[in-house]
Parts: sequence; structure tokens; C-alpha cells
Amino acid sequence: MTPALDLVEIKKVAKRYGSERALAGVTLELRGGSMTALLGHNGAGKTTLLGVLSTLVRPSSGAIAYRAAGKDLSGDAVRRQIGMLAHASLCYGELSAIENLELFAGLYEIQVDIPALLDKVGLDKRARTREARTYSRGMVQRLALARALLTRPSLLLLDEPFTGLDRDGALALGQQLGEIKGQGTIVVVVTHDLEAIAGRADHVAILRRGSLVFEERGDAYSYEALKDVYHRHAN
Amino acid sequence: MKKHAVPVLAALGAIGFVVSIYLIFMTTPLEWGWDTRADRLAGSSLFFNQKIFYFHVANSIVLFTAVFVSGIASILFLWKRSPKADDIASASTDVAVAFGAATLVTGSIWAKAAWDVWWNWEPRLTMSLLLWLILVGYVLVRRFAGPSADRVAAGMAIFGMVGVPFIYTMVGADSHPNSGMNGTVFTLGARLVPPFLASMVTFFLWFAALVIARVQSTRDEREVRELREQGLDLGVLQ
Amino acid sequence: MALVRQAARIAWKDLRVELRSKEIITTMMFFGALLVVIYSFVFPNHNDKVMRWSVPGMLWVSIAFAGTIALGRAFDRERENDTMRALLLSPVPRLAVFLGKAVAMAVLILAVAVIVTPLLALFLDAPLFDHGGELALIIVLGAVGMAIVGSIFAATLLKVRSRDVLLPVILYPLLVPLFVAGTETTSALLKVPVDLETAWYWIRFLGIYDAAFLVLSMWVFESLVIE
Repeated sequence: MTPALDLVEIKKVAKRYGSERALAGVTLELRGGSMTALLGHNGAGKTTLLGVLSTLVRPSSGAIAYRAAGKDLSGDAVRRQIGMLAHASLCYGELSAIENLELFAGLYEIQVDIPALLDKVGLDKRARTREARTYSRGMVQRLALARALLTRPSLLLLDEPFTGLDRDGALALGQQLGEIKGQGTIVVVVTHDLEAIAGRADHVAILRRGSLVFEERGDAYSYEALKDVYHRHAN
Repeated sequence: MKKHAVPVLAALGAIGFVVSIYLIFMTTPLEWGWDTRADRLAGSSLFFNQKIFYFHVANSIVLFTAVFVSGIASILFLWKRSPKADDIASASTDVAVAFGAATLVTGSIWAKAAWDVWWNWEPRLTMSLLLWLILVGYVLVRRFAGPSADRVAAGMAIFGMVGVPFIYTMVGADSHPNSGMNGTVFTLGARLVPPFLASMVTFFLWFAALVIARVQSTRDEREVRELREQGLDLGVLQ
Repeated sequence: MALVRQAARIAWKDLRVELRSKEIITTMMFFGALLVVIYSFVFPNHNDKVMRWSVPGMLWVSIAFAGTIALGRAFDRERENDTMRALLLSPVPRLAVFLGKAVAMAVLILAVAVIVTPLLALFLDAPLFDHGGELALIIVLGAVGMAIVGSIFAATLLKVRSRDVLLPVILYPLLVPLFVAGTETTSALLKVPVDLETAWYWIRFLGIYDAAFLVLSMWVFESLVIE
């Protein structure tokens, strides 16, 4: 088993797409057992930064160091530690929840108690054998979360995970993320739903037009604190 | 790239052009040539058009070179992500597409004059067409693929380059009638070699001048953009 | 080897999904059959010479068109829920993703050829099976070549604008040697007396082509597909 990440250092990461500058020299540190709220307006570069963190986007300059117990990890070993939840479900609509998880467990070459995992995310038992494209948005999100948690990742990246969920669903997910953070995972959440992460996020990073304009660590930020910080710096 | 590269190359190219024209029209024989239809040496009627040959082949070879330059520059680009390599790949393809279009048109004129058809599937002509199509594909990808266009186009350039030996073998293996002036440069009569070389050199000079000019202009555009970004960042610009 | 095992898993996933929905298979087979019917009308004069002259082209044009559509559709599936990203995120070597997709694509394209060939033999009286071994070989090489080049570019274009139009624009010039090899071989096999020497020349040609592009694709896949 590859060791768990406890520190991720983003060092002067910049990304250009042709003539477009998506990220400009972002330097940031992510720590185990903490939840980072990555905030900013649309187009500020949050999704791109998440892309670079997940190794799916190659930075134009700069680098990311993934550290586990002081040692640097790279390549396949890093990806084994990453779980990602995006807008899209990252799951195959033509397969059922169980089949999807079996597939990914096979790719990761791990043994997973799939029913237990699905219980944990709260996916209805009757839906588990139906094709995923028949699921409601909320159910899809649960499956996506299960997929992200399959390997018990030490770096969990979430891109707008609360969109499409009702209030209860969002708060429940927020609570789950809090628990995951408590287990030592590095959690990074990109979201506009500040209420769902209120009381759990303890690290705030705000991007504007590709640059990091604000960063702060503290005890869990309340909803008001998050709103305040966002309004002051995101514009 | 030195500031004066473009004017110097262009000037040399202009001189080369004049020299080539002189050599082609003044020193090559007008009165004989190979008539493919009759398969013998023949009279002077169509051989004024033969002169196009000197530009046509030079054009073709430039096209060939462009595919390799683009391919290698694209490999460098994917490996090192250097914008300079990408600029060169893109510029040489753009210029080569223009040159290539010229080749195909002039080749067509020559074919009409020499064999009374606008097109035949002569090996070298076919190969030019295929290479040109690959380069056109590159240009289309760059134009329409959006922000990742450089990466995708680089892929096409590399695959195109690797495909060249296959295209070459493929057209060579076709059994097609001789073009009459086939064979390498060395089978040309001694009097025909200087104009041929002169036109080759001229075309390469022009090609290089245009590519360098384009690369410089792309680089200037990038500099302006980066300055603008800096200005926006600092709040100096809106 | 882990690479092969993972690639096989990915290939099997694709084929299983396809077997379940049968969407691409049925539409491509129908499309291929339709093409053959159209050919029969377009070339009504079923004399021997016309047949030998036109059938190779028909076969390979069908493979070209149906194959490109199948490629587009199969990769569209990976777009729907961004599952390509999920695959690239897994700790499998990214090469395995490419190989897996390429194998699945080769099977799909082969399926088209398997339908079109007998139909051509039937409708146009073409003795395509007289040298079935060689024909099978060139068709397999053709399907594999198309799958390799097609998969790498379909994957590269996954998130790119205008990808539907750009895929053929990129593929067809690059695949010309493949289609020429295919038609020349088929043509040689249909000749009377059969020209096995030419046929094997082109079979070897396509084999080398496939090998060269396989190596190239494996080398540049990650560079092209990771933004």
C-alpha cells in the first residue's frame, strides 16, 4: 500500500491555454486533516487548479510536491491517493452502481466492501443494481462520492459537489466531508455553497483571475466569516 | 532571432528569383524536350511551359521539408512545452500550405500543357497532395480546436511526419506512366542543373524568410498580451 | 503484466457496455449493409471486370466511414459523464487506457468488416473468400491500424471544440496509406490469376504501418491527452 499523503505543496503553478492564462503562479500548501475552501468567481481558475492537483492538467510552469511522511510521491502512486468528485459523475451510465464500483476497484486493484461503501454514502439498496443513468441527481452524487472514496484517498478533491443537491443532501454531504477530514484526509472543496462547508473548512484560499489573492488558516470558519472573506477578496 | 534575418533573407530571395528567372528563360533550351505522348524528343511548342518544372519541384521539396520541420518542432513542443517550438511548427505549416497550394496549381498548369490533363496521379504529385492535405489538416485544427489547439495540432504534425515514409513508398509502388522528366536531378542535362538549383535555393530563402517573419510576429503578439496581463494585474489597465 | 491486465479490463468494460446497449454495433452494421445495397444500385452492371475494379474500394470505404462513426460514438460515451477523466485518474498506467480503448475499437471496426464483406460477396458476386486467409489478415490489420490512430486522436479531441468535424479531418490524411494497402491487397486477391505476391507486399506494408503507429501512439499518448 502506498503511504498516505499528509502534505501537498503547490509551488508557483501557472497554466496557459494557448493565449489564455488560467493560472498565474499560485503557491499554496495543503495539510492533512484540514479542509481547504477554494473560492472565487467563475473563471478564476479554481477548476484548473483542481485539475493540476489531480494530475490531469500539466502546469505550464511550477510544480506540485506530494509528500507522505517526508517522502515525495509521483506517478501512479500519487493517483492512488487521490479521489475526485466533479460536476460530472465520472461513472458509467450504462452500468449499475455495483458494476461501476467493481470496475474501478478492479482498476485500482483493491478489495473493497462495496455494499458497505454504498451504505456509507447512503445509496438506496434497490437502486444499486439499476443502470446509473436511471438515478436521480442526488443518487448520482452518492455514487460519485462512493467512487471517489473507493481507495480511501488521502487527498480528496471536490468540484462543486453540492450543486443539484437539496438542502438536506448538501448538509449531509458537508457533514460527511467533515468526518473524512477528521480522519486525516486532505480535503479541497471548490464551491459557492458556503453554508454546506461552514463550520468545517479551516483553510481559505481565494483565486481571482488566476492569481491567489487571499489565503488564511484558522479554526473552522463560520458561514458569516466565509461570506465576509469571499466578498472582500473575490472581486 | 536576429532582427535583420527577414529583410536579408527576403533580399537574397529576390536576387535569387531574378537569377533563377534569367537562368530558366535564357539558358535552358527552348527547342527540345521530351514529349511523353509520342515518347520522343519533340519540337518547341509546349516547352515554354516546361519552365514551370523548375518552380514546381522546388515547391514540392519545400513542402516535404515543412512536414519534417513541423513534426520535429511538434515533438520538441510536446516534450518541453516550449512556445518557441510551437511557433515554428505553426509558422512553417502556414507558409507551406501557401507554397503547397502554389505547387498544386502550377503542377496542374504544367500537366495541362505537357499531357493535356489537369491532374494525373503521378507519384510525386500525389505525394505533394497528401502532404499538403496533412498540413491543411494541421492548419484547420489550429484554427478550430480552441484553447488546446496547439497540443492537438502537434499530434497531427508528428503523425504526419511518421506517415511520410509510408506515403512515399505507397506512391512509388504505383505503376504509373513516366512523366518524361522523371528521375533525379542528376539525369538532367548539365545545362539544366544551374536553373534548377537556383530555383531551389530561391524557394528555400523565401520559405525561411516567411517562416521567420511569422514566428517573430507571433512572438510579438505574445509579448503584447503578456504586458497587457501585467497591466491588468496591477490595476493599471481596465 | 499489469499493463496488459489493466488494458484488458478497460477493453472488456467497453465491450461489455456495448454488448449491453448494442447501440453502436447495430447501427454500424445496418449502415454497412445499407452501403452495400447502395453500391449494388450504383454499379448495376455486374460484369466481372467492373466488379473486380470496384469491390476493393467499396469494402474499404465502408470500413472507413463506419469505422469513423463508431470511433466518434464510442468516445462520446466517455464524454457523457467524463469517465475518461476517471480512467486517467486511476493508478493504472495511462498507456493501459489507450491500449484498452484501442483493442475495443478494433473489435468494433472488425465487426463492421465482418458484416460488409459477406454482403459484398453476395450482392456483387465477388469471390472475396477465395483467399479468405489473406483477406482476413489485411482486414484485421486495417481494423487495428484504424483503431490505433483513431483512438489516440479521438481521446485527444475528447474535450476539444469542433471535435466531430476535426476527427475525420485529422484521421483521413493519416490513414490514406492504410486504405491504399487495403484496397491494393483486396484488388490483388480478386485478380485472375490471383496476385499473391502483391497481396503479401501490401500486407507486410500495413503490418509495418500498424507497428510504427502503435509505437508512436504509445509514446505520445500521455502528452497528447493530458492537457
